[in-house]
Amino acid sequence: MPWTKIFSNQAEFDLALGGQGLRALSFREALVEAQRFLLQDDPRVLLMGEGVDDPGAIFGSTAGLAQSFGKDRVMDVPLAENGMTGVAIGAALAGLRPIFIHMRNDFLPMCMDQLINHAAKWSYMTGGRVNVPLVVRSIVGRGWGSAAQHSQALHGLFLHVPGLKIVAPATPYDAKGLLIAASRDGNPVMFFEHRWTFDYVGYVPAEAYQVPLDQGVRRRQGSDATVVAIGWMVNEALKAAAALEAEGVSLEIIDPRTLLPLDMPLILESVAKTGRLVIADTACHTGGTGAEIACRVAEWSPGALKAPVVRVDFPDAPTPASTALEKTYYPDAEAIAQAVHRTLREG
Amino acid sequence: MPQLSDIPPQDRRRLWETMLLIRRFEEHIVDVYGQQEMQSPVHLYIGQEAVAAGVCLHLRPEDYLFSTHRSHGHCLAKGADVFSLYAEFYGRAAGCCRGKGGSMHPCAPEVGILGTTAIVGGGIPLATGAALASKLLGQGRVAVTLFGDGASEEGAFHESLNFAALKALPVVFVCENNFYATASPIHQRQPHDDIFRHAAGYGIPAAQVDGNDAAAVYFAAREAVQRARRGGGPSLIEARTYRWKGHVGPSCDWENGCRPKQELEQWMDRCPLERFTQRLLQSGDLTEQDIRGTLERTDVMLARELERAKHSPPPASSEVWRHVFHETK
Ligand SMILES: Cc1ncc(C[n+]2csc(CCOP(=O)(O)OP(=O)(O)O)c2C)c(N)n1
Ligand SMILES: [Mg+2]
Repeated sequence: MPWTKIFSNQAEFDLALGGQGLRALSFREALVEAQRFLLQDDPRVLLMGEGVDDPGAIFGSTAGLAQSFGKDRVMDVPLAENGMTGVAIGAALAGLRPIFIHMRNDFLPMCMDQLINHAAKWSYMTGGRVNVPLVVRSIVGRGWGSAAQHSQALHGLFLHVPGLKIVAPATPYDAKGLLIAASRDGNPVMFFEHRWTFDYVGYVPAEAYQVPLDQGVRRRQGSDATVVAIGWMVNEALKAAAALEAEGVSLEIIDPRTLLPLDMPLILESVAKTGRLVIADTACHTGGTGAEIACRVAEWSPGALKAPVVRVDFPDAPTPASTALEKTYYPDAEAIAQAVHRTLREG
Repeated sequence: MPQLSDIPPQDRRRLWETMLLIRRFEEHIVDVYGQQEMQSPVHLYIGQEAVAAGVCLHLRPEDYLFSTHRSHGHCLAKGADVFSLYAEFYGRAAGCCRGKGGSMHPCAPEVGILGTTAIVGGGIPLATGAALASKLLGQGRVAVTLFGDGASEEGAFHESLNFAALKALPVVFVCENNFYATASPIHQRQPHDDIFRHAAGYGIPAAQVDGNDAAAVYFAAREAVQRARRGGGPSLIEARTYRWKGHVGPSCDWENGCRPKQELEQWMDRCPLERFTQRLLQSGDLTEQDIRGTLERTDVMLARELERAKHSPPPASSEVWRHVFHETK
């Protein structure tokens, strides 16, 4: 299916799908299109964030929107992340549908009080009478010495907080469909993007559509091992699958797309078939999304695994600045392929 | 109004040399950045040199300095080593953070720089805490934090002013108001741009100075540091200045529509280094020959240290796992 595929550039897309008359957009453009639609379609939607209206436009992902909708609906905000998150939550309580945008995940810890103690709790504390229709977009940085405070991937932290939904799109198609669904959802939704996906190209229909917030997708059919890959790691998993295919190993790739709710039926179905599970995440190792997935597999299908689960993720260390150390720090397709080999050896 | 003659001659000279060092240190980065070997996001300080120079001249090596993402000038003025900064920006093992921090997180504990945060506003409470430690330990050290106009929007700024005033802490808050946070102009983020006014609500003495006038910064900082040192509590200095380069990286940003070119040119006409150079030439503190000589010595030294840093070895990959926790011996 064309919308499950991703290409590193337009030429690759044209080669594979261009002949079918399909439209290609980059991940970045897909985000712009989703927000443009939301702003047009619903007067309650507004974008808030540091630099949303500036020439950089959040790595281009809000390009042109301030010009079209004005600075009241595409609103630059002071550097006051927790307070401004509270403002966005208050506005959401009182009838708006804000999309709050951070250029880096690393600024989310500034907002923990408002997100965790307020947004996540509000529906419950009010007995379901008042909800928080808020989306928080934030981007994971990587490379060029971004270092410890500009390259964290913190989606796993939020898994532990009931009341927040967590989304991590890997493709342009999902970026658009999930963002529209997140804005319509009526709950606080943490929307995690990876900077390196921004230039990736894929099929994106021009019309508005939603990707449901609880459905993963099988990116590749295979029979020997399952890789559950999150965000950017979907790309690495696809590369690993191509390399492994040459060796006669058939990889199935599951992209959960939303981490909470998590599409466990899809994952369990795949593991039941392959009996081997590798989880590839763009975050640190301990206590993360991979741990949760592995645990649920163990809880729900303890007999399905023929070999121990292997996680491919970042070391339990902050990101080093040095390019030499980044090379060691970040796992890639090769690391996924090695993990797959391990599950094949051990089972 | 204090005169240049109120600055001791050796301080005049040091002020000028520090500004020159910072300017050329940054320009050397501009020159090599295109080689793409210095893989670190550099936030250059060109245009703001008078602030770091004028403030840090009053500090002792054991006094504390907490900086920001735009740290280079602050660190140099406080006495950090040129080679270990350049090596850090190149991600080398010999860097001041063993290549783990990069341009945004230099440290030099030997001169009171205990680490640098790139989370905007993050350094302000840290300096306040260092001042608390100095006071409780009876050390007589002063803590200084330099930060931008954007940081003055953070809750941590206001919370720190309150606490520092409450406990009469020896801390000097120095806001470098360069009127922008990335590409966002201050009038889009704050109702007025007189940042020094925030101090009044906490009963903290404050000054607003021309941050492109090294002497003006020098006098304001002297008063504030002396106040802190004699137990008179915190001060806030707002130094109004301007950055010449883009928010990050070696190029300008007006081409991308980040700000008006004319505005940049007006500020460049008020170059802090050039203005102070002219004053010292007039006062006889400097001669054209001094200038040439110092510039040449500075450039030779910087070029040498930069080359040495560039060619020094990267950290071993095992460094990824080291120092997550403090290593006890
Ligand atoms: C808490 C936080 N929010 C946002 C950022 C992204 N950011 C880095 S520097 C910067 C602008 C800072 O402006 P200012 O404090 O005036 O310092 P200047 O860059 O002008 O020196 C922003 C928004 C950050 N690093 N930390
Ligand atoms: Mg500023």
